[in-house]
Amino acid sequence: MQFSESWLRSLCNPSLSSEELCHVLTMAGLEVEERRPAGADFSNVVVAEVLSVDMHPDADKLKLCSVNVGEAAPLQIVCGAPNVAAGMKVPCARVGARLPGIEIKKAKVRGIESSGMLCSARELGLSDDHGGLLPLAADAKVGEDIRRHLDLDDHLITLKLTPNRADCLSLLGIARELSALTGAPLLVPEVKPVAATVTDTRQVVLDAPASCSRYCGRIIRGVNARAATPEWMKRRIERSGIRSISFLVDVTNYVMLELGQPLHAFDDAELSGSIHVRLPKPGEQLLLLNEQTVTPSADTALIADDEKPLAMAGVMGGEHSGIGDQTKDLFLESAFFPPAAIAGKARALGFSSDASHRYERGVDFELQRKAIERATQLIVETCGGQPGPVTEAVSAAHLPSRKPVRLRTARAARVLGISLGVERIEGMLRGLGLALERQGDDFLVTPPSFRFDIEIEEDLIEEIARIHGYDNVPSRPPVALMAMMPATETSRRPMVLRRLVAERDYHEVVTYSFVDAAWEADFAANAAPVVLANPIASQMGVMRSSLIGGLVGTLVANRKRQTERVRIFELGRCFKRDAAAGPVPGFAQPLRLGGLAAGPAVPEQWGAPASRVDFYDVKGDVEALFAPHRLEFSQAEHPALHPGRCAAVGLDGRPVGIVGELHPRWVQKYELGTAPVVFELELADLLATPFPDYVEVSRFPAVVRDLALVVPQVQTLAPLLAALRAAAPAIVRDVALFDVYQGKGLAENEKSLAFRIVIQDTQRTLEDAEVEAVIANLLAIARRDFKASLRG
Amino acid sequence: MDNLDQLVASATSDFAAAAESAKLEDAKARYLGKEGSLTALLKGLGKLPAEERKSAGAAINIAKERIESALATRREALKNAQLEAQLATEALDVTLPGRGLPRGSLHPVTISLDRIEQLFRSIGFDVADGPEIETDWHNFTALNTPENHPARSMHDTFYLQGEDGKVQEDVLLRTHTSPVQIRSMLAHTERYKHLATLPELRVICPGRVYRVDSDATHSPMFHQVEGLWVGESVSFADLKGVVADFLRRFFESDDLKVRFRPSFFPFTEPSAEIDVAFMGGALEGRWLEIAGCGMVHPNVMRFGGFDPEKYTGFAFGMGPDRLTMLRYSIPDLRLFFEGDLRFLAQFN
Repeated sequence: MQFSESWLRSLCNPSLSSEELCHVLTMAGLEVEERRPAGADFSNVVVAEVLSVDMHPDADKLKLCSVNVGEAAPLQIVCGAPNVAAGMKVPCARVGARLPGIEIKKAKVRGIESSGMLCSARELGLSDDHGGLLPLAADAKVGEDIRRHLDLDDHLITLKLTPNRADCLSLLGIARELSALTGAPLLVPEVKPVAATVTDTRQVVLDAPASCSRYCGRIIRGVNARAATPEWMKRRIERSGIRSISFLVDVTNYVMLELGQPLHAFDDAELSGSIHVRLPKPGEQLLLLNEQTVTPSADTALIADDEKPLAMAGVMGGEHSGIGDQTKDLFLESAFFPPAAIAGKARALGFSSDASHRYERGVDFELQRKAIERATQLIVETCGGQPGPVTEAVSAAHLPSRKPVRLRTARAARVLGISLGVERIEGMLRGLGLALERQGDDFLVTPPSFRFDIEIEEDLIEEIARIHGYDNVPSRPPVALMAMMPATETSRRPMVLRRLVAERDYHEVVTYSFVDAAWEADFAANAAPVVLANPIASQMGVMRSSLIGGLVGTLVANRKRQTERVRIFELGRCFKRDAAAGPVPGFAQPLRLGGLAAGPAVPEQWGAPASRVDFYDVKGDVEALFAPHRLEFSQAEHPALHPGRCAAVGLDGRPVGIVGELHPRWVQKYELGTAPVVFELELADLLATPFPDYVEVSRFPAVVRDLALVVPQVQTLAPLLAALRAAAPAIVRDVALFDVYQGKGLAENEKSLAFRIVIQDTQRTLEDAEVEAVIANLLAIARRDFKASLRG
Repeated sequence: MDNLDQLVASATSDFAAAAESAKLEDAKARYLGKEGSLTALLKGLGKLPAEERKSAGAAINIAKERIESALATRREALKNAQLEAQLATEALDVTLPGRGLPRGSLHPVTISLDRIEQLFRSIGFDVADGPEIETDWHNFTALNTPENHPARSMHDTFYLQGEDGKVQEDVLLRTHTSPVQIRSMLAHTERYKHLATLPELRVICPGRVYRVDSDATHSPMFHQVEGLWVGESVSFADLKGVVADFLRRFFESDDLKVRFRPSFFPFTEPSAEIDVAFMGGALEGRWLEIAGCGMVHPNVMRFGGFDPEKYTGFAFGMGPDRLTMLRYSIPDLRLFFEGDLRFLAQFN
């Protein structure tokens, strides 16, 4: 809501500076978003009359003007404007004036002395119009300061109104609020009923009273549709951000801005019979003023005559029944459409109008007659015409009700945390124009018809808090019972995990949860992702079911920025339809931790050989994140990953994620050069940590034996190690792989796996024979089940 | 006796002259070896008359001890000299860089979220999490947002396409973290329903939220932190106290100016917008909108299972993205979501 400060001050003028006034409004919940001067900063420009215009002797395009600025002798001014003419009144910057970017001095222009400058609107910073001089009203007083003449010391104030304050979508509403806040009197313009001079009326029928519960209509015959809008009115509506179009349109906008009541003017010649407010007939269409043809939904009320629809009620008029230059008789509409009937209607068609904006938030339902009288008064004053009587159709049962709301002083104190006192509360409520009945320390408050936001006690508590000033409510340190927070040892916070990942040289990224459908297809083989109905862009069209796409996307972006070594991770949700999942039925939304490493394994440095990060580097990271859990890795297939370099990660027999090298197909498609290694793990499994399980520490010496087994090249470690561990008796503390060897001394299809076996008893020193028996048994199992032999 | 003193002096001087341990051992042999001078003196004791033998023996032994001591001293000195020489050859260029993996970084918004969590945990707030595909009921209805509220329009809210290809009406991408309020209240009131008076509920809910909006200051996905405190005597004054204290701790600025001004949210009444102004830096003195808050609307209390006559509560919602931008003077929101390592690596 934009308006002119001087217009507001004509209705309520507290003794506050412009800045103070804005602060008062902001702190009362009417946030001033912008305040800017109506005109540029300049001085010494006055109203002048051009007395005569002669050609410049030495320049075709320049003219020599004699100008009266209200002094004894006229000034001689050289002017190049195409529209300069004798008799016109224009702004004249006198010698010594400072305009935006120019200082006016006495000068010679092509040899002729010029004592000032005649100005265009742009030169005064009023608009971009540089087509010629700014013509002033014929009755402008010569010599008057232009700032006063055009009210340029005014400010344009823009409020960012919250949707509950529809009552402040008018100058009257803002003035009412300002009066309650400051105590300055409210100067409401007097509206007297305009007596009918003709008897013509149109009957109004409310066929859809739930959509329109009050409708005032009036015919005005014989208006001059070409009458010019008075300067003061034009200035006020333009400073409210509404373009001046024609006087009749301007009047409807002026009254809407002044009182808050949207009005519509029909060309009466286009109407036939009665006015109906009704729901549309099936398939009925209407061409709106914005040249959009609409088929209104079944619950959209229309204004119609006996034959055809005329307008979309409360939203926009129809193209064919609107007023134009030829209009002689008009039919003026001032109606109340309840918010529920209008809400969403314009938005569904992709636009918003000043009328729908107000109606969907709530227009004073007792304002219609006053507004139509106000408009009639302004019309008759300026362009004549004979008004008929006002026809008012009301469905009282459908008008909004205003139920009394109880406000308990004690409850207000409890909610706000301060006691304001009964007298003070009463004063504040009365100041807001609220009708009230005092009952002991309580109040029974009946909200006025212009307030749509007072329904419960808390609404009134907010009102008194607002008027008292939120700043005047103390900030109190909270008082509560102390109770310790749980500190469980079997789970860790995601932040702890994040730090752990970062410690291993990964950088955290946050990527969008909606991704390109191609990523889902490539990296998750997901042909049926969760699709957004209204994405902001097609490449953000589906919900991710894997973090890998975002990680690869981030890698691509960093490679474009010439960053070779990229190590990143993300902790976020993935989404998949799953009928059995919760808490939102139908959708699984697990949190996952995903990571990607590409480029050199360590940053290039003097003391370490250069090598690319590989599967085992990243597998080591995964193991470290889960430590002290012992993970199970098994060869797996995954759409994103190299089939020979991909492992499923298991914990206690259940899958908890994957790790692997990106599939060469995607390395090529996404132009990555070399393959990154990625992992994706279930967060829930990462956050659960085992409670330490104490095992007695032995005081007896440990025996360490190494066992190098030659096995076929294709033999994977896991089953062999598992078999050795399973076969080992309790005195074996650990069986661990410590070396893998291929090459000299072994056949081409063989490799050697070296295990270190630690044997130790907690109660005694072991005998050699026992140790030898353990080793012999392990070797026997390896020979029997894994075609292993002892390396010579 | 003079002979013995001379011998000791001569040995000491020979030892000192030995520049390495082999020469020292040669010198030792000359005095203490089988053929050594001192050994010869000891052997000669037998030829002395018995009454002289004792005193001469004692004198020789003293001399021997002195020579041995001189030898030990010299051995120690040579060893030290050798060690020093070795250490000198082993010296490193300690100004060369260390080896190994550097450290990665946490996302700046994560750092803020962690600090927010820590600050609120310190006064007894729990941390709750909720789904990002949320039901319309939790996101709007239970938060007192009526059917036709502008926030529900397709212009602000991301909706999903059902499997039939039509817009699915009952679910959406949550537009704020407030639905976690509802989930927390319902869980709390269910958990303690056997008690005559419910314990206080103090919780913050951080997370990602989504709105159909994208420009330099808006991202279609961003972060929010919701806070909620419900109890028997929680007031607007408490809300002001907690939030103002939080903001001063978060920005580590005791002179941070904080103001509350009336605003409107469907789920709080009274409602307030919170502005802060810094007392220094590039933004000095400017009021910056930082959070919304208010007393929990009675309808929301009821949806959450609390009797609004018995309990009151406050709620607030703030944007950790904006808090982070202000804290680190980051000019553009989009940097948070572009994954540029040159940006991210600054936060380790």
